[in-house]
Amino acid sequence: MSGEVPLWEVFIRPRNGLAHKHVGSLHAADEVMAVQAARDVYTRRGEGNSIWVVPSVAITASDPDQAGENFEPGEKIYRHPTFYEIPDEVGHM
Amino acid sequence: MALFDAVLELADDHLVLGHRVSEWCGHAPMLEEDLALPNMALDLIGTARTLYDYAATLEGLGQTEDDMAYLRNEREYRNLLLCERPNEDFAHTILRQLYFAAFMEPYWTQALDSEDDVIRGVAGKAVKEMAYHIRHAGEWVIRLGDGTEESARRIKDAVEALHIYTDELFEESAADGVSGLPSRAAIRPAWEATIDQIFAAALLSRPVVQYPQSGGRAGRHGESLGHLLAEMQSVYRAHPGATW
Repeated sequence: MSGEVPLWEVFIRPRNGLAHKHVGSLHAADEVMAVQAARDVYTRRGEGNSIWVVPSVAITASDPDQAGENFEPGEKIYRHPTFYEIPDEVGHM
Repeated sequence: MALFDAVLELADDHLVLGHRVSEWCGHAPMLEEDLALPNMALDLIGTARTLYDYAATLEGLGQTEDDMAYLRNEREYRNLLLCERPNEDFAHTILRQLYFAAFMEPYWTQALDSEDDVIRGVAGKAVKEMAYHIRHAGEWVIRLGDGTEESARRIKDAVEALHIYTDELFEESAADGVSGLPSRAAIRPAWEATIDQIFAAALLSRPVVQYPQSGGRAGRHGESLGHLLAEMQSVYRAHPGATW
């Protein structure tokens, strides 16, 4: 059955203020069933309440063979935002 | 003892249907349903546990929830016949779930105003679970009814087989007239509205039932309940007092 059913990527947001994170994929006939399946498969341990599903075919991925062209920050440690303190009031950034 | 009887009836409905749904664990047609069905089974069994515990307290004979569930035979079980119907195929299972949840959701909604603390507590949790069961089962019924030739045939067969058990949902029982619990008969309009809405989208029609089946409340069950209990109770009866 799964062979005929489209694949979906699932994103969950643990709580307000955080971003949706990719948690996995599943099979479902359409977007309504995909959201329900995501609830049953990926939120049983209280992982979050906001669920996104995206058809896997809608995702455009980079070519692993071109990974060499990606940045290699190496000693450019100043690209990590660790040199200033974030006030508590700001919360998650 | 009217409240005791009423609570026991509700507990039996939830345990027997919960056990039935749990039989799909590891056998569902796809992985997503293999998680969804046991999730729903656990909702039902969780409700049953609280209700058995409450029944045992009301009875006052020192029984535990396990004694109530595992040491009564089929004539002592008071569940609706609908709840014990075998799983058959996925269409039967999902339609049975819709029929039951479409009743329990408005039932628990009314019970939210109960003066009974335990019932109100059960209702608060169960009403959300039943709303999801309606949504999950309802969406499947629509897709089976308006799906392929085979899926439409299977859901039609399920309606044919199971609709005769739905009148029993609304029968007067020990639960009627007990303060703190909703009247079952009064739930019918809400149930019919839910079913009609889903059936319209599923290209199904609600059949006229000429010979409705009932008797579960009086302990008159089909053959299948005995098999279910034999399996469900075997460990506890082989090892009396076992805990887990």
